[in-house]
Amino acid sequence: MHKSPLRSFHADHGAQMVEYAGWEMPLRYPAGVLAEHHQVRNSGGIFDVSHMGRVEFKGRHARRLLERLCTRRVYDMQEGQARYSLVCNEQGGVKDDVLVYRMDDDKFMLVVNAANREKLLKHFEEVRAAGDLSCSIDDQTLKTAMVAIQGPKVMDLISRVSSEIPNLKRYRFTVKNLMIVKLIVSRTGYTGEDGVEVILPANAIGMALKLLMKDIDPNADDALIKPAGLAARDSLRTEAGMPLYGHELGEEINALSCGINFAINMDKADEERGEAFIGLEALQKTQGEGGSARTLVGLKLDGKRSPRQGHAVYAGDQQIGEVTSGCLSPTLGYPIAMAMVAREHAEPGRTLSVDIGRVRLEGETVPLPFYKAPKKS
Amino acid sequence: MPVPNDRVYSESHEWHKLEGDTLTLGLTQFAVDQLTDVTFAEMREPGTTVEPGDVVGEVESVKTTSDIYCAVAGEIVEVNSKLGEDPGVLNSDPFGEGWLLKLKVTDKSGLDTCVDAATYEKNHQH
Repeated sequence: MHKSPLRSFHADHGAQMVEYAGWEMPLRYPAGVLAEHHQVRNSGGIFDVSHMGRVEFKGRHARRLLERLCTRRVYDMQEGQARYSLVCNEQGGVKDDVLVYRMDDDKFMLVVNAANREKLLKHFEEVRAAGDLSCSIDDQTLKTAMVAIQGPKVMDLISRVSSEIPNLKRYRFTVKNLMIVKLIVSRTGYTGEDGVEVILPANAIGMALKLLMKDIDPNADDALIKPAGLAARDSLRTEAGMPLYGHELGEEINALSCGINFAINMDKADEERGEAFIGLEALQKTQGEGGSARTLVGLKLDGKRSPRQGHAVYAGDQQIGEVTSGCLSPTLGYPIAMAMVAREHAEPGRTLSVDIGRVRLEGETVPLPFYKAPKKS
Repeated sequence: MPVPNDRVYSESHEWHKLEGDTLTLGLTQFAVDQLTDVTFAEMREPGTTVEPGDVVGEVESVKTTSDIYCAVAGEIVEVNSKLGEDPGVLNSDPFGEGWLLKLKVTDKSGLDTCVDAATYEKNHQH
């Protein structure tokens, strides 16, 4: 099992560790999942996301290789830009969702899900070899660390150490040199809050955390940032309506049904510098048939129970889909769920119910996300 | 937190405390730590008759949903009303204020399947 470069940080903060995708990672800290969740919504949290895969693409054909792999166009990305994309299989199913960082003309970084890293590395190399493309594919996961610092007050904290980072736009990044250490800092995240994600050498994370947390007592009630674990990360991303591989995304799930069509450039192949991506043909066929039969919806439900993945969704007595993720929303106070349902039931305002075992929760379809951070004044 | 030795423990992590013919049932610290923050708890109604091994309620956390079992036969006489108002009491004091329900015991022989505090602690060290 892989151990995170932040393992002593987790031990110092009393984390409960769990196995996740072959990594030992913090599930939560002593304050508890709900406290961590609210801390991120109200102030800030720091998450270890070192288990995510970090893969560098470098070479003359790096961009072309990524155009083939990614559903989203890459050619118009600028240096310092990050972009969310899917990687599909030939059938139009989702192999993973990724973040593409453009470092320069011929160099990119891909951040991928931990559970898919090895599968993707094999896929990347196969596609590279099939096209006889000149590009090195370097898995940097084990020699780097990655943390996400998320929350409305995170930029206040960061402005103490950098004037540049708070001025970054969303989905932009900068490469900073901190003494002899190179950090990639991007204004991205997976919580629905403002914040950054930072990639840095594994052996520098201890020093970097000390610097960042220098004046912060994580046990103080009003600490600007506190550690947060995987459980809070999951409830936060669910409120933010963000898909997760293994739930909303999967090899058997048609990419056009996931509610993220903005990340699929169906016309990419027709563009001057574009190129067909793997899965495009299958998705064009889906589109020709009028779209995918199922689609992802948000459900707002009554009561205080927690819908879970696999629970059946009903319109009257007819089962029309399944829950992919759900929880009792800590921020909103009512049960929320993402669900794959038959397309004809997808529009907002439909009355649906979820069978959670012994009872059914009544509710209705709502647009995603469930929660949107208020704009800062 | 030490495991109290005035009660016995089932394999499914419920504690059973017998006083006269009244049994109080709860979840162990180990169990609530595994569940993480409890968001909902609902026990069967008072008046429900229970056989050993029956499901007597459900507890939900941010992570999972878990059935609650009882090792003895009897009739539920009281459900902890605090659970409805603040299910978090299960996390803050599982061996005390966070008890789940009380039964009037008709057959306590099921307690033989439970273990004492020392054994439970040994089996489920953090």
